[in-house]
Formats: sequence, structure tokens, C-alpha cells
Amino acid sequence: MTGIVSYGAYVPMTRLPLALIQGRAPKEGGPEKAVAYYDEDAVTMAVAAALDCLAGTDRAAVDAVIFASTSYELREKQGAALIAKALDLRRDVLTSDHSSSLRAGTAALEAGINAVKAGSAKRALVLISDCRMGSPRGALEAKVGDGAAAFLIGSEGPIATLTASAAVADEFQGSWRIDGEAFSHSWEDRFVVQEGVIPNLSEAIRSALEKAGIAAGDVSKAAVYSHDARTLGTVAKQAGLSGDQLQDPLAGRLGNTGCAFAPMLLVAALEQASASQRLLCASYGDGAHALVFETTDGIDKLEARRGVAGHLARRMALGSYDAYLRSRKLDPKEWASGADLGLSATIRYRERDADIAMVGGRCGECGQIQLPRPRVCIRCHTKDNWEPARLSDKHGRVLAYTFDYFFPAAEPPTIMVMTEVEGCRVQVQLANCKPDQVRLDLPVEYVFRKIHDAGGKANYFWKASPIFIATAPDGSAGGAAQ
Amino acid sequence: MNPEAIRDKVSIIGVGCCQFGENWDRSREDMMVDAVWEAYEDAGIEDPDKEIDAIFAGAVYPREGSGEVAESLKLFGKPITMLMDYCQTGTDALRCGVFAVASGMYDTVLVLGFDKPKDRGVSGPTVNFDKVRGLPATPAGWFSLCAARYFETYDTGREDLAKIAVKNHHNGTLAPKSMLKKEITVDDVLKARIISWPFGLYDCAAQSDGAAATIITRADLAKQRRDDHVLVKSVTVATAEHPQRDPDFDFLAWKPTIYAAKDAYAQAGISEPFREIDVVQLHDCFTLTELLTYEDLGLCKKGEAKDHVASGTFELDGELPVNTDGGLKTFGHPTGATGVRMVYENVLQLRGEAGERQIKNATTALSHNIGGAPQTCGIAILGMP
Repeated sequence: MTGIVSYGAYVPMTRLPLALIQGRAPKEGGPEKAVAYYDEDAVTMAVAAALDCLAGTDRAAVDAVIFASTSYELREKQGAALIAKALDLRRDVLTSDHSSSLRAGTAALEAGINAVKAGSAKRALVLISDCRMGSPRGALEAKVGDGAAAFLIGSEGPIATLTASAAVADEFQGSWRIDGEAFSHSWEDRFVVQEGVIPNLSEAIRSALEKAGIAAGDVSKAAVYSHDARTLGTVAKQAGLSGDQLQDPLAGRLGNTGCAFAPMLLVAALEQASASQRLLCASYGDGAHALVFETTDGIDKLEARRGVAGHLARRMALGSYDAYLRSRKLDPKEWASGADLGLSATIRYRERDADIAMVGGRCGECGQIQLPRPRVCIRCHTKDNWEPARLSDKHGRVLAYTFDYFFPAAEPPTIMVMTEVEGCRVQVQLANCKPDQVRLDLPVEYVFRKIHDAGGKANYFWKASPIFIATAPDGSAGGAAQ
Repeated sequence: MNPEAIRDKVSIIGVGCCQFGENWDRSREDMMVDAVWEAYEDAGIEDPDKEIDAIFAGAVYPREGSGEVAESLKLFGKPITMLMDYCQTGTDALRCGVFAVASGMYDTVLVLGFDKPKDRGVSGPTVNFDKVRGLPATPAGWFSLCAARYFETYDTGREDLAKIAVKNHHNGTLAPKSMLKKEITVDDVLKARIISWPFGLYDCAAQSDGAAATIITRADLAKQRRDDHVLVKSVTVATAEHPQRDPDFDFLAWKPTIYAAKDAYAQAGISEPFREIDVVQLHDCFTLTELLTYEDLGLCKKGEAKDHVASGTFELDGELPVNTDGGLKTFGHPTGATGVRMVYENVLQLRGEAGERQIKNATTALSHNIGGAPQTCGIAILGMP
């Protein structure tokens, strides 16, 4: 029985209170959106969601990675291959990217399920991540948010199986982004809603329910792409769904996360679901796409994920609109960034185990771990006796720190820490943390982040982060484990 | 190995140093010529073509090799060694020169250190983006790594470091060729903008342009040049584990200094450095580096440095004056020149020519550099015959 065997999600800790966009002081509990910080993008968010999804599973079993995003920045360089390396997956994993439509996420999810059903993959990891931008103070800016969803597809022990799906393909220019441009465009909103969102989404949902042989009333939760609250209500009504069947679209908390939006709402629905429930996931874009799932007994056994709810609870609000602009390099006085030369492709190639996968070496003689893996062991001086040691999934602690105001950053200081992980020393930057939360021996986990953009493209490594704890939204912005 | 093989075999007969500073209107050639001709005059060298047998030079920033030195000094047909090993470059140039003279191959050798970082268009170090690991890679960030744990272990803080900056600023006002001549207060240090915690602006050395030179010769030939020649008691360098990779690094001491000091004291036959050494120039790239180096050189016990800072042990009128010319902090830090500049100051102190900052009755002087992440250290000990 093929289906979803695990899921995960990621929402950046950083939030932009919408009041700041209009130059007003944010109110406690007021509307906000999740924004990828200066060191995050569609790739780093996909890695974070994947780590959430893979927790407690055997990574070595994953044999396919499908990455969906409309905002992954490179054209002739695959995102899925980079992500597979960051996750330290097998070399024979089949990787592919889906893009160019807000519907790319559900398309990737169905493709993953089909691949496993057809036998071309045994365990497919589907990662859906988006980080779209509206122009500063434009209509879209307050609506879009950033986030990622992850699904592990397999035929053993699924927590939810795909009952039916239906697609609608519609040549409709509602929103688009031209290659090389930073901002998404959209046509007049009433046209988009009346001729695009409402008819396409409701048609796909009705069609999927019909194929599944169930009535709208049989659906426990419907994770439906929400253009806005009013439009979502109209779509539900035309599809025969009642308001309380709709999964909360997290308006004023998350933002429209593009092709990851409906999939993230599906994750949120799965977090609350119990066995034998019917869940609907419907996405919009160039038509619409609806999937009907049925949960199994397995859902009660899956260990809790950080998921959408956990990540939403951990938040740190930006203090100013300028800080947001700087973090997105939209400030005309933007912070100085890296040189134009870029990294040497050959050095990057040689060091990809350490730099992308955070895999070091464990000495076969004395057991000392080092990152990067040297030729000669620092402890026992044995030459060339190493086995790989993945450190990205281990917890470390802070041995030393400094706050560097000299290094170019969106919001100095850059927090540099020396960490000890599995007896290995690793110098990294510290993310998700304010200087006053740093202390010696602080326990940390590692997160995949963008380090700089030398060469005009994102260059990645891992950073340390205080170990994840979901903090209540009314809590004092924290996230650091104290 | 014979650690005493070079002791008292080589003498310094001349020193020279150009004006340190942001020398916008002076080229590397200008600074080299200023320093070297002063050293020639000091040593009584009248015909360098005949009297200088070899040149050992060091610089961190240029990549023009020995040709630049030959062209600047118009010394051709001679062996010139060009060294680069970050902050200990100057001390290593001296070491290579001393060993070359001690071998008997050369009679008289010119040792030269120079650098001109202020042609790069940036204040402070260059920030590299040619890698993703180990960033930010700034010297302030590297040298601050011991701060948090040292502070916590030995109840030390920014106020203790500030007193070191105040001392070196005062000393710098008394050195004619120093870059900065400005008295400061502890309050100034504590209120300055932070560069890399715990270092504020005044905790960081002044990056400057500069060149320094020294002329060395066989000890038995030195007396023909001058009575007050200065003997090289020891000169060594040592390289340690990368502090960011060393699984045993304790963030309380810098290993390169501990390694190099052990060898330097063995060479010179020193067993109680605090009592046997009269004046010290040490590598105060940052105030914490100076504090740790008091301990790493064995001048006081681990954890007791702040007590000595409080009691003024290392001030000009203290028991063991340190950085009598203002150090890197205010004399300036043209990286490749610094080790040779320290020899210049120590020779002036030993000969009693240090003017307002002169220490009484100094007969043994130590200079120290630490560099890289830091991984390398160079130490030279000089003494009167």
C-alpha cells in the first residue's frame, strides 16, 4: 500500500509584522508573515523540512528526491542534487526538480507517489519549498510568506494513502515571474479570483471527490490554497465544503507560501489527523490540482514532527522594515556582499562532503572525528584510515563565541561559535539566536544555511542553532533553549 | 639537536625603522630605503655592495618576491630570501639570517621586514569569500575565541583588557616613530564601538604601513664595528595545532607561544623568565593576546595576568615593562615588519637609546610574535655581552 510514510515542514523563525510595511508600530499578536532570513532560501528551507520529515527514519533507504519550487534561483543547476548531498543521501538517488507553477508542489507529490507505485523508486522524498517576493510595499508583499513541506513516500507502513486525484490545466495568466526578476507579478485581482482561482480550484476539488467516490461531507479536513479568506470561502462553497472542514490557512501568521502553501496545510492537517480520515489537498496555479488521501492506523504511531505548528510557535519578529529590506538585499544602501569571483568549482567539488553534507572523517585507528577529513589524524597521526562521519544530524555545544561586527551581514553582529560535536571541533556561525542568548556550553543543532553569495549565487554551509523548542507565539520571541 | 648551538654566535650591529603610519605618500620602496639606510648608518656600513653578504626579507602582502627588495635597495648579485608567514614573518627572517651567519657562510647579513596594507582600500583585514567554512575569518574573531571561557574561568573582563590598551597608548606617545600618539582612558576603551566581542576599536592593533631593518654579523667580528653590539641569545619559531580544529584546545592559552617559549628559553639558558628578562615586546594584536601572552610566556601564572595588569607590573615603571614603544597597538602593525620593529626597540632599550621610554639597566630583552589563526609563534631573545 503506497502512500505518505512521513511528513515534515519548515517555517522560518523570522517574522515580518505586516504593520511594519506600512510604517506602523506592530501590535502584540497582530498579523505577520514568515520570511526566510538573509541566510535562508528555498534550498535551505527544503533541507530543514526534509530533516524534520526524515527524523527517526533510515536515510539510506531514500532513493528518489523530487524538489519543487518556483523560487529556486539557478536554471542550469539542479536543486534536488544539492539537497540530496546536504542530506548525505545515497549517490544512486534519482533527483529531479519541478518548477514554473504554483501547482508544482502537488505535482511533485503526486509524481513521488506514482514513482513508488510504479516501482521506479522505493522511498521517494518530496520537498516543496518557496520563497517568493513581492515588490517592496506592493500589494503582493504582505500576502506572500516563506516555508517548506516534506513528504516521504513509500509502500511500507504509510500513514496516508492517495485515494484519487484530479487536475485542471488552464492557460491563465494570473501570476508569473520572469526569469532574472526578483518579484512576482499578478494581473488585476478580481480577474484572477473570478476567472482563475474560484472556477479552477472548485472544479478540481469536485472532480477529485467524484473520482474518490465520496461526498464533500466525507472530508475531515481540506487543505486548500487560499488566495484570500473570502475567495477561500467561495471556493469551499462551490465545492460543497463547509467552513469548519477547511484547514486553517494561517492568515496573518504564515503568508501564502506559493507552491508549498497547500502542501504545508496538508502537513498541518496530518499533524492533527487520526486514522481513517479523508484529507483533501488542493493547489492552484495554471489550473488546479486536488488530491484525496485516507489516513491509516499508522498515523497514530508516527513520532511527532516539528511540523507547521511547532515551527510557527518558534518565532522572532523583525524590529524594522529596513531590517527586512536589508535581509532581502532590497535596501538601496545594501550591505556589502562577497566578491564577484565566486568559489572555485574545483575546490567546492573536492570539499563537498564537508561543505554541503557536513560529513567529516572518523579515524579508524583512534576514533577521533575531524571536519574536514584530513589525510593524517590529528590525534594518533595515522594516515588514510577514515570512515565517513556525518555531523549535521548530531547535537553539539558552544565552546567559545564572538560577535563579529566586521563581517558583512544584514544585521551585524555575525555570531561566530566554536562548537564541539562528537569530539570534533567545528567553527560555524550561530543562527536563530540573539547575542544575549549565547552562552558557553549552549547545546546546538546544525542547520543548512546560505553563507554568502560570492559569484552572484548562493553558497551554502551549515550553521549552529539553539536546539529547537516550539515557543508559544505570545512568548517573548525566543527560540533559544535556555 | 643542540639548543645552544647559536647562543652568542651572532650580534646585531645596527637597526633602523621608518616612520610607521598610514603612509599614503610613501611607497614600499620609500619605507625600505628609510629603514635600511638608517640601519647602515647605525652599523657603520659605508659600502653595502661590499659589506652585505646576503639579505633575509619578509612581507605578508606583496607577491613580488626578492626582485622588489633588490630593486629598492639596489643590491644585486646577492642571495635574497623572501619570507611570508603572517605575523611572525619578521622574527623568522631574523632567525634565517642568524642561522646563515652562525653557519659561517656569511659575515654580515641584512634582515628586513616591511608591509604596506594601506594600499588595499580597506580598514582592517580583508574579508575572504573564497570558502564557506570557517567564516567569518577575521583576525579579531580568531583572537577573541579565548575570551568567553577565559573570562569565565579566571573572573576577568573587558575592564582588565582596557588597562592594557591604556598602557600601550601611553607608551606610544613616547616613541617618535609610532603611528598613534594619543593618551586614552579605560572609559574610552569600554565605550568604543565593538569590532568583535570582547574587542572594541581600542582593543585592536593599529594596522599601518612600515618597514624595519637590522644588520647582523658574527659575534667575533662585531667588536670591530661597535662596543655595544647586541648578542642574539635565542631565536625560534614554532607551529601549533589549528585552534579551531584541535580537539584538545582549551580556550585558555595559545599553544604556539607555549611551544616557542620552551625552545627559546632552552636556547638562551633561561629558567626564570620573569626574573631573567628585563624588557619584553610581545604581540599585542588584540588586548587579550597581550594578556594571554603574559601567561603563555611564563611571565606569570595562568589566571594571574589580570592581577599584574592591576598592579602595573608590565607598565614602563613596573617590574617587567612590556611593549615599551606602544606595541602593535599604537606603534603600528605592518605585518611583515613587526618582528623586526620589535628587535629595533629592544636593541635601543639594551643600548640605552630609547629616550623618554628608556628602561633602567636592561640587559636581556625578548620579542614575540603570534600569527595565523593563530598557529605560529616566533620569539627572539637578545642580550648584552
